[in-house]
Amino acid sequence: MNAPTAPFVGISDPAQGPRSPSAVGHGVSDQFKHNADLALGDAKLQVALAEMRSSFKGRNEAARKGLPEFQALSDHAKAIKQHVLANLDYYLERFEAKVKAAGGQVHWCNDAAEARDKVLAICRSAGARTVTKGKTMVGEEIAINHHLEANGILPVETDLGEYIIQLRGETPSHIIAPAIHVSKEGVADTFRAHHTDLDPARPLSEITAMLAEARGKLRARFLAADVGITGANFLIAETGSSVIVTNEGNGDLTQTLPKIHIVLAGIEKVVPTLEDATAIFRVLARSATGQEMSVYTTVSTGPRRAHDLDGPGEYHVILLDNGRSGVLGTEFEDMLRCIRCGACMDHCPVYHAIGGHAYGSVYPGPIGAVLTPALFGLAHSKDLPNASTLCGRCESVCPMQIPLPKMLRQWRERSFERHLAPARERWGIKAWAWLARHPQIYRGAMALAARLLRRPATGRIRHLPLGGAWTAGRDFPAASGRTFQEQWRRRARP
Amino acid sequence: MQDSPHVALLVTCLVDLMRPEIGFAAVKLLEQAGCRVSVPEAQTCCGQPAYNSGDRADAQAIARQVIAAFEPFDYVVVPSGSCAGMVHAHYPALFADDPAWRPRAEAVAAKTHELVSFLTDQRGVTSVPAHLDAVATYHDSCSGLRELKIREQPRQLLKTVTGLTLKELEGSEACCGFGGTFCVKYGPISDRIVADKTADIAATGADLLLAGDLGCLMNMAGKLTRQGHKIDCRHVAEVLADMTDGPPIGRGQVEPL
Ligand code: SF4
Repeated sequence: MNAPTAPFVGISDPAQGPRSPSAVGHGVSDQFKHNADLALGDAKLQVALAEMRSSFKGRNEAARKGLPEFQALSDHAKAIKQHVLANLDYYLERFEAKVKAAGGQVHWCNDAAEARDKVLAICRSAGARTVTKGKTMVGEEIAINHHLEANGILPVETDLGEYIIQLRGETPSHIIAPAIHVSKEGVADTFRAHHTDLDPARPLSEITAMLAEARGKLRARFLAADVGITGANFLIAETGSSVIVTNEGNGDLTQTLPKIHIVLAGIEKVVPTLEDATAIFRVLARSATGQEMSVYTTVSTGPRRAHDLDGPGEYHVILLDNGRSGVLGTEFEDMLRCIRCGACMDHCPVYHAIGGHAYGSVYPGPIGAVLTPALFGLAHSKDLPNASTLCGRCESVCPMQIPLPKMLRQWRERSFERHLAPARERWGIKAWAWLARHPQIYRGAMALAARLLRRPATGRIRHLPLGGAWTAGRDFPAASGRTFQEQWRRRARP
Repeated sequence: MQDSPHVALLVTCLVDLMRPEIGFAAVKLLEQAGCRVSVPEAQTCCGQPAYNSGDRADAQAIARQVIAAFEPFDYVVVPSGSCAGMVHAHYPALFADDPAWRPRAEAVAAKTHELVSFLTDQRGVTSVPAHLDAVATYHDSCSGLRELKIREQPRQLLKTVTGLTLKELEGSEACCGFGGTFCVKYGPISDRIVADKTADIAATGADLLLAGDLGCLMNMAGKLTRQGHKIDCRHVAEVLADMTDGPPIGRGQVEPL
């Protein structure tokens, strides 16, 4: 197997055994700084990120400009989700009743372990050996692949990006573009290493060639699979349906060919009606990929009926809580409006610098930085809400108008209250604040500091004794030498 | 328009300490625009470092001090989108649950403006009597852009500076990586972000970089000089006030004390 692009701590490695979701918080997010350093030093990753930056440039903006009523749609989409969150129990119960009426089953799972066991039990009931999977973030959240593998069942990712990273033994680095960190050449190398039955001399420089090769490989898998697992972009309360959007159509084959279809979804995915879902779709595709519509939109309602030509014999929905209900009614509730479009990470300077893996969570970027502490605990992910410049671009592109910077600050307040921030930082802030609250002493201290930071010759300081983090890569522009306050007072009273 | 309003200058801790020239440029611009300018002595910092670090109690304490010091004036003007945004957008939120301070915070927030937008939007300034032979590019600092919607105002005024050509910066709205304490807490990431920014700046071919926030300017200037670029950096107020005789940020001879 090819080595992953970087030895990121916590990247799923089957040899290391299952990566439990609690371990997602424990072993990984709390090494954020270390992960970030590795990412910054990884030349291949930096090339991939630079490509991503230029390819995402302006896409979201163009899509918004092409739809003058985008803001109104976004307001509408937000209102739908707000309404659902305020009445979540009602819509979930309604959804369950409708699924049952259509002949399907709903399984309520409190945490990742429960959800994993439920999926395994269903697979076992069918004697499953192979499971095909459409893209599902909840599947990542509960680390379902490892659980299935550990229990002798082979999960096969069918989304191209997911397929690539599965071969590489990696986790997604972006919620809608999971293999964004892998270059085209990296994909070709991976395919050559794994598809050993094919002609080693075959040309693999074109994306279409790689796509065709993956399709060929997956075809047999689709037919052999006993169970198909997909996520859900929406659950429709009115009809008991699950809806997914894909660009490759792999979701359709995953859910219609096998005997059993399992839908993995967070409880916040429910919306009242299909119209509501379509309203949100209009902002989803534009925000995610700049498309007006995703290529495939698939609605599933229950198992195949007597007169249906195809479809699964059983239809199961795993409804995962995993910390979500605990967020309801708190200052963090807004994050449950997220429709996983990825726009916030596409526009995040920190994500652009280090990619998704450094976050050590299945949800990277700004939304990951607010979700991860809620789902997996703040103590082990305290860097995530801090590692942001609060530039606000994420909020300005979020179609669901989630106040991400505000929530990052709320987490910072919680870690400050709980003394989770490093002592040196906390005391540094406290000392500054004390000074700021004593104007006279402050003025004297600043007058002194202005002299210390003054450097006549070059106007810049190359090494700052306590500011090594700054001067490692940048000069520190020197001070003019006398503070404004000093000079102003002289001017006022000559 | 009010005649000769009494404006209090919130000078910002960085301008006070590092580059007083910006404060004096602000005073000159405000006086040109017919304002009486005072600089309340009790001011220190707007409280942003504490606020963004999660230290709400200290942020509130500092904010109360700022509110009290600036309440008596017609306007509060700040030569920084970030600090103006702190007072304007965040002070009311900081006292949302405090019946005594909330109205006071809201009143001060409502009359607090960033310098350039104050000149154009409040004082109706449409041109400045300034001259500078340079090709400049402009970086939109995040808070000013997103919290205060400052975008066209500085460009409008810069266009009236004789001798100055303005070249748009690709991704001018992308963060420079300064982020207050972020730049030291996550130094390597910040450094990576600013390197992207300086590449874009260099690509414009401009010989002068302008922005409305000293923090961002110090970050970008520090990277530009370390990389050996010959691009100068100044606060937009220095150019608009025609006060560009002294050395640019991070360059040259600093005056003797
Ligand atoms: S937070 Fe907003 S922008 Fe980010 S993934 Fe969710 S919906 Fe999209």
